[in-house]
Amino acid sequence: MQRTSSKWLVMSTIIAYAAVIIALFMGFKAPAAVNVGTVQLQWAQRIIYFHVPVAWVFMLSFTVSFVASIVFLITKKRIWDLVALAGVELGLTFATAAVISGSIWARPAWNTWWTWDPRLTTMAITWLLYVAYFMLRGAVEEPERQARFAAVYSIFSYISVPITFFSIRLARTIHPLLVKGNDFGLAKGMRPAFFAGLIAFTLLYIVLLWHRLRVLQLASRVEALRARILEQEL
Amino acid sequence: MIKVQRLVKRFGYQYALRGVNLEVAAGETLVLFGPNGAGKTTLLRILATLSKPTGGQVYINGYALPRESGMVRRQIGLVTHKTLLYNRLTAVENLRFYGQIYGLTQLDERVKALLARVGLYRRREDQVRTFSRGMVQRLTIARALLHDPPILLLDEPDTGLDPQASDMLLHLLQEIGGARRTIIMTTHNLSRGLAIADKVGILANGKLSCENNSTALSEDTLRSRYQQITSEAA
Amino acid sequence: MSQFIRATYAIFWKALRTEWRSREIFSAMFVFALLAIIIFNFAFDLRVQNIRQVVPGVLWVSITFAGMLGLNRSFTVEKENDTLSGLLLAPVDRSALYFGKMAANFLFILSVAVIIVPLTTVFFNVNLVRADLLLVLLAGTFGFAAVGTLFSAITVNTRAQDILLPILLFPVVLPVIIAAVKLTAGLLEQLAVADLANWWRLLIVYDIIFLVIAFLTFEYIVEE
Repeated sequence: MQRTSSKWLVMSTIIAYAAVIIALFMGFKAPAAVNVGTVQLQWAQRIIYFHVPVAWVFMLSFTVSFVASIVFLITKKRIWDLVALAGVELGLTFATAAVISGSIWARPAWNTWWTWDPRLTTMAITWLLYVAYFMLRGAVEEPERQARFAAVYSIFSYISVPITFFSIRLARTIHPLLVKGNDFGLAKGMRPAFFAGLIAFTLLYIVLLWHRLRVLQLASRVEALRARILEQEL
Repeated sequence: MIKVQRLVKRFGYQYALRGVNLEVAAGETLVLFGPNGAGKTTLLRILATLSKPTGGQVYINGYALPRESGMVRRQIGLVTHKTLLYNRLTAVENLRFYGQIYGLTQLDERVKALLARVGLYRRREDQVRTFSRGMVQRLTIARALLHDPPILLLDEPDTGLDPQASDMLLHLLQEIGGARRTIIMTTHNLSRGLAIADKVGILANGKLSCENNSTALSEDTLRSRYQQITSEAA
Repeated sequence: MSQFIRATYAIFWKALRTEWRSREIFSAMFVFALLAIIIFNFAFDLRVQNIRQVVPGVLWVSITFAGMLGLNRSFTVEKENDTLSGLLLAPVDRSALYFGKMAANFLFILSVAVIIVPLTTVFFNVNLVRADLLLVLLAGTFGFAAVGTLFSAITVNTRAQDILLPILLFPVVLPVIIAAVKLTAGLLEQLAVADLANWWRLLIVYDIIFLVIAFLTFEYIVEE
């Protein structure tokens, strides 16, 4: 059983990484943004083919964690705690990537690495919320209790994100908005690369989640076996 | 009255109880002996609905745990080596408070009568923090008996008491509980435990190793059996 | 239902009475809030041109930091003689414990806020003593206490609980603090009610959502 699943996993991993490389390559080949002034800024703008998919994936990942946390509290099945944990781990990783890529873009575009714009502020808070999630897990010894506490906190984190987002939305943002009403702010020629990026990074996310879950499950099995051995020695 | 079958409790990967069976008939007193960490407290906390079993069946007065916890809570009184009392409240206030959250009727009469029974009537308006250890212990028992439970669970009620106070405690238990109530008690004190027991059990390493009719049991036999079982487990 | 309310009320009343006898939590919160305001006063005194602009922030930071101290104690006191087990033994829904505790925490934090407001008025020479500000204090401390009570029940069972509570709580309650600061500032600047409607809506929606979720999840925190 382990054999076949790992064969599929290896194949999917190769496909996902290939898709990401192709998508990023398409990003380089896509037509330059016409509404951007200098050539340097036009190249900087190409970071959206990384920045947007990565930002989409971190939101997806926190959503996965939120749903898994609710399911865990209802069913008390350990696997859902592992899904929630993997979701936060990957979510935080991609969120960090989104922040860094955004910051790199902000430097030429806004002439600063960071500004307390609403979108960036929300991001910083989101990031802190999920860092706190790990601190909470680290502070609880017993696995079952750790899982319960983490699930409750993950629900709170997830719900406070949109509220925080809305709360600072009341102020104006300088962050570009891709979707305004029915408008889609991307020229026709840029769209294939853009959507290829979204699909490729989603694939990558699914594969990484799969990997992480497998490792977490193995780790918990090792832990169980070790406990059993220790017990026999007693 | 109390029926426990193949009860298992696991904390993470550590087993606290591994398949405990026991049965106590109405009005019987079961005394459990066992070294620290044997699972005595865990067992009583499960019977008291404070902890959920990992596996196995528990029936208390016909109600299944953990499904019918609400009904079971009305059937049991718990005394542990912690007082479960508020030091800043008076004796009357403590009992009234617990009476209110238990939803008891004719609370004032009940509280007065109980305080008289445990010999604290004269000190009823004094804060618990001014009480001696023995007085606190008597109030602890009054608290557990407040809702007139048919079952009493006593977790090392004599820990930290001098022999004199300990005698008084047992006396009080027999006087108030006596033939009527079903009691499960844990203790380290073999002779004192044997004196009030109808049945004795020895809990070691999460297993209940022996259950006997205690009337036929001498203290010496019990002591040697206790040593044998605990050394096997260790 | 009436038994539920009776138990909630008993837990609330018990918290008030024990606090009244020791005055531990309240005095610590009050002194801390006062100190915070004095320190802010020195920190901004020389540098900030228009002190009016920082007062709402100063007020809410002092209230929330002081509130944190009180919340930290909220469930610690139930550990002392394991009265938490005593409460959980009672045949009453666990949320009665949550609501009783939450009501007491809300009242403690609110009263610190109500006392600190006139003092801020004196120290910063900005008139904060007004009826509509009381509404902001009510709504702001309510949301804070709603989440804080739940989180304090979480952290009481963790290592390093005193350190962990602010780290968990602050990012979550941030929207409520932002809204409360904006409303306080708006009132100070005599903005029209319509201009503040969005912030009011946000604050109240937040209060309700978090009370409901805390109510729904509390059971999972205290079970074992």
